[in-house]
This record gives sequence, structure tokens and C-alpha cells, in this order.
Amino acid sequence: MGKITLKHVNKSFGDVAVIPDINLTIENGEFVVFVGPSGCGKSTLLRLIAGLEDVSAGQIEIDGTDATDLPPAKRGLAMVFQSYALYPHMSVRKNIAFPLKMAGMTEAEQEKKVQNAARILNLTSYLDRRPGQLSGGQRQRVAIGRAIVREPSAFLFDEPLSNLDAALRVSMRQEITELHQTLKTTMIYVTHDQVEAMTMADKIVVLNAGNIEQVGSPLDLYHHPANVFVAGFIGSPKMNLIAGAEAAKHGATTIGVRPEHIDIAAGGPWSGTVGLSEHLGSDTFLKVEVDGIGTLNVRAGGEVNLRHGDRTSLAPQAGRIHRFGADGKALA
Amino acid sequence: MARATSPRRKALTTLAAWSVALVIFFPVLWMILTSFKTEPSAVAMPPQLFTADWTLENYAEVWQRSDYPRFFWNSVVLSLGSTLLGLAVAIPAAWAMAFVPGKRTKDLLMWMLSTKMMPAVAVMIPLYLVFLKLKLIDTHIGLVLALMLMNLPIIVWMLYTYFKEIPSEILEAARMDGAGVFKEIAYVLTPMALPGIASTLLLNVILAWNEAFWTIILTTTKAAPLSAFIASFSAPQGLFYAKLSAASTMAIAPILILGWFSQKQLVRGLTFGAVK
Repeated sequence: MGKITLKHVNKSFGDVAVIPDINLTIENGEFVVFVGPSGCGKSTLLRLIAGLEDVSAGQIEIDGTDATDLPPAKRGLAMVFQSYALYPHMSVRKNIAFPLKMAGMTEAEQEKKVQNAARILNLTSYLDRRPGQLSGGQRQRVAIGRAIVREPSAFLFDEPLSNLDAALRVSMRQEITELHQTLKTTMIYVTHDQVEAMTMADKIVVLNAGNIEQVGSPLDLYHHPANVFVAGFIGSPKMNLIAGAEAAKHGATTIGVRPEHIDIAAGGPWSGTVGLSEHLGSDTFLKVEVDGIGTLNVRAGGEVNLRHGDRTSLAPQAGRIHRFGADGKALA
Repeated sequence: MARATSPRRKALTTLAAWSVALVIFFPVLWMILTSFKTEPSAVAMPPQLFTADWTLENYAEVWQRSDYPRFFWNSVVLSLGSTLLGLAVAIPAAWAMAFVPGKRTKDLLMWMLSTKMMPAVAVMIPLYLVFLKLKLIDTHIGLVLALMLMNLPIIVWMLYTYFKEIPSEILEAARMDGAGVFKEIAYVLTPMALPGIASTLLLNVILAWNEAFWTIILTTTKAAPLSAFIASFSAPQGLFYAKLSAASTMAIAPILILGWFSQKQLVRGLTFGAVK
């Protein structure tokens, strides 16, 4: 089991309300990603669920039981930290066995579980090493191993890949996703990297200034952003947001068009001059200074051969324009 | 880039360092040399650094006249006892101050340190009366308590500094792994802060060993440590410098040897966290 429910959860540090009022349900077995810019409260929310911070008001239920006042160890959750938080004075074996030792398990049982976790995470040959003798990826696997052996009702990940290099991040991302598919345990994952969010999540929770902006599947958020913030945050490169007369033509205060939904088309409604042109082989990223609108990002095919200073015409794809009202919310 | 040092500059620096070290060490050297002199040579005018009539008689007489092993044992009990008790109290206190600080933690730390600036003589009478009332005069437990309380601010401060260097995420991980406060301190914090705890222990053993004011006031015979042993050689009839020096040398020798062998650990501990 691993259903987590937050009811009117509020967290303040002094006079500052970091999380004003959050209601959220995470279903058993879901992979939920909290995403948002730095300081949006996503890590605080995770720490509230973990019990490492006390809520100022509201209730946290784990599997239908009120866990608001339970200490972290009693919540049946396991956490993987950004800095790995391994015990430097213990071997990998002892690190992984530590939660089992705290639970009063016999040494034979501990060893069996440690071996099993080490096998899943390819750590068997490193069991007698200290964390200082391991690479970043191996350390993160030890941290995950320490979480796995507890057989928690949910895993909490606090930006676990941000200390790794780009290549390792991609492979660890896949490993965590595979782990979720194997264990089928609830996972809550905090990141500011929306690519991680899009690739890993069953459900994304977009946070901004302590409030939930939108909850939905990755593609739901991509295709139907609820407001300007989500529209600008989800998707890479970012969605082009256009206000003023051009938006008014579509009956909106702001309109949004993703870079990949703008075609380079002779006779298109928007004309402009190419400012920057990045050729990646598979794609070409263009910054085009469009007359009367401003700078637009365009994602074109790899064969496009436009260069700095070239004139071009652009056309948004039909049905791909997102419309937002004066309050920033999406218009039907 | 390392600064280039000329041989001349290096020689001058070495000479200056040796000179300062000699000035600091000179009283100890003088005491050791005097302990091997006869009483007339010890008070000879002008003073002589070296003498022709070297003798071990002072040591023999000091050994015969007093019960050195008992004083030594008392010093061991008081310095180690007060330090270990101090650590037992200070580790949880420093943990709380470092990892769950309140609004007034910094003020509390400053206040604790400020008590070290209070002249000891100001609380001599009240403390003596309290000890008298509680029948703690000349008892090991009384002296252990007094020395522990005396050095507690330093122990807490030192441990607080070391603990602040330990990432709080590691302790949070221990909490998530099912460790309560005491298991967290015992299995994670203490082993990680061991170098700092060892330095604190060493420094406080030295401080307690060298403490003379309270140990002389609050003891008579049973719990008297080596500081009282030295004081017993300043007789009303006058000072016998050679014997006093022999007694002092015997009193400081154990701690001097301990300090000599642990100096690396001490320096490492005292400069811990000074440079990142």
C-alpha cells in the first residue's frame, strides 16, 4: 500500500507561508513528480510528507491513517537525498543494512536483504567499500539500496540526480523508472528538471510559490496547460507566450505556441528576421525577431538552412494555439 | 601559487620560532633543572642554569614524604571522570544546539561562554558552602562535578563547532531509517565527529588535570589531586625550591607526555572547521 493524502496542508517559517494550503491525493503505486522553480516549496512539501518538517496546519494521511504527528521512522517511508546522505564511516553493506538494524532484524536476515538489494542495483562487488571509495552514480545506488531494503509503502526522492553528470543522469533516470516498474511502489520524486518530470512521471504536480498550479499526466500538462505558468514551465524549449494585439486577434490576453508547433512556411502570417540559429543535426533551434510580436523560439527540422539575418515567414499550426485570459488561466 | 621563500628568510623564521618556543618552554625547563639541584644550588645567587652537584635526592624525598600514587590516581579519576561526564552531558546539548537550534541558541552559547569569564573567586564562598552542605568536600564525585561544570562551556562550544560541520541530511537519513535521537547520536553523529570528540576529550583532560584553584579549595586529603600535591610542598617555614620543583615535575610529567603524543590530534581538533 502507499496512498498518501494531503488535506489543507500548510507550512510557515515564521511569518512566511511557504506552503499556504495544499490538497493532494497520491494513489498507491503511482510515480508522482513534484516540479517547479527553485523556492517553490516542492522540497518542503516532500519533507512534510517524510516527517522531517512539522506541518503548521492540515493533515497528512498515509494509507488512510493520520500520520501528521508521527515521527519519520514511523511513517513507513524511505527517502533518497540529493547529497546521497550515506554514512561515511560505514561500509556499503552496513549503510544498506542500517535501517534493518534499527528495526531490530537479525544479522542473517539483514544479510539476505542486503544481498538482494545489492543484486538488484549491481552493487554486489562494492559491499565492503566505504562511500568515499565510490563514484557518484554508485553512491546514489547505495542510497536507493538503503531505501529499498525497508520495503517502504512509498519512496521519496529529493532531487536525487542533480549531483550527477548529464550522461549518468540519463542512465540513473532509466534505472529509477525500471525500479518503479519492478517494485510497483508509490514514488514521489522532486525535481526542477522538467525533462525528468516528463520522462518519469505517471502524474506531475506543478508547484509555484507553494501552490499547486496543475496536476496531471505529462502529456496532459503538455497539451492542456491550465495556466500561463504551467504553459511556460512544461516543455523544452519553452512555449512562446505572446500578448497584445496578436493575442487579441484570438480573443485572449495571452496566447501560447510551442516552438515545435510553428512551421517555416512561405506566406505565413508572421514575418521576421532570424537572430540566432542553432543546428543540432536532428533539429534546428531558431530565435526569430517577428515584426510586431517580438522574439519567438522555433524548433524546425535539421535540414532547415536559415542563418543569422535571413528573412523568413512563420505559421502556427492549426489548433495548436493555447489561449489564456487576463487572470492567466486557460480559456476553453 | 606558493610563495617563494629565500634560504635567508627561512633561517630567520626558524630562528624566531625557536626563540619564541624557548621563551615559552623556559619556566618548565628551569623547573626540571632545579628539581635535580640541591637546595643551596637552587637558591644560589646569581642563579645558575647548570650546577655541578646534580642529585636525585629531591625525588626520593618527595616520594617518601608523600603518597604520590594516590595523588596521581586522584588526578586521573578527576580529569577523566569530569571530562567523560562532561561529554555525556555536552554531546546531546551540542547536538540540540547544532541541529535543532531555537531562537536563542546563539545567546545561550554566548552566555555559557561568558561564565568562563567570571572570576572563580567570586563564587568561591557560595560553592564551598553548597559543597559543605551536600557533604561533597574532599570527595571524588564532588570534584568531578565541579570540574565538569567548570569546563562544560568549553566542551559544549567545541562539540557544537564540530557538529556544525556534519551535514544535517545524514542525520535526517538516520531518522528516516528508524533511528531515534539516541541511536542517531550513538550510531551516526558520534562516529562521524570522533576526531573532534577526541580533541575535546584531550583538551579537557589537560584543563582538568591542571586545575588548581578548585581542587585545592575543595579537597583536603582523600580526593586531592596532583595540584594539591604540589601545594603541599609550599610549607609555612618557607619554600624548598628543589623539592617543590621535583614535585611539580612529577605532577606535570604524565600530562606533558600525553600532550606530546597527542599534539597532532590536538592541533587538528582545535583548527577543525577553521579552513574549508
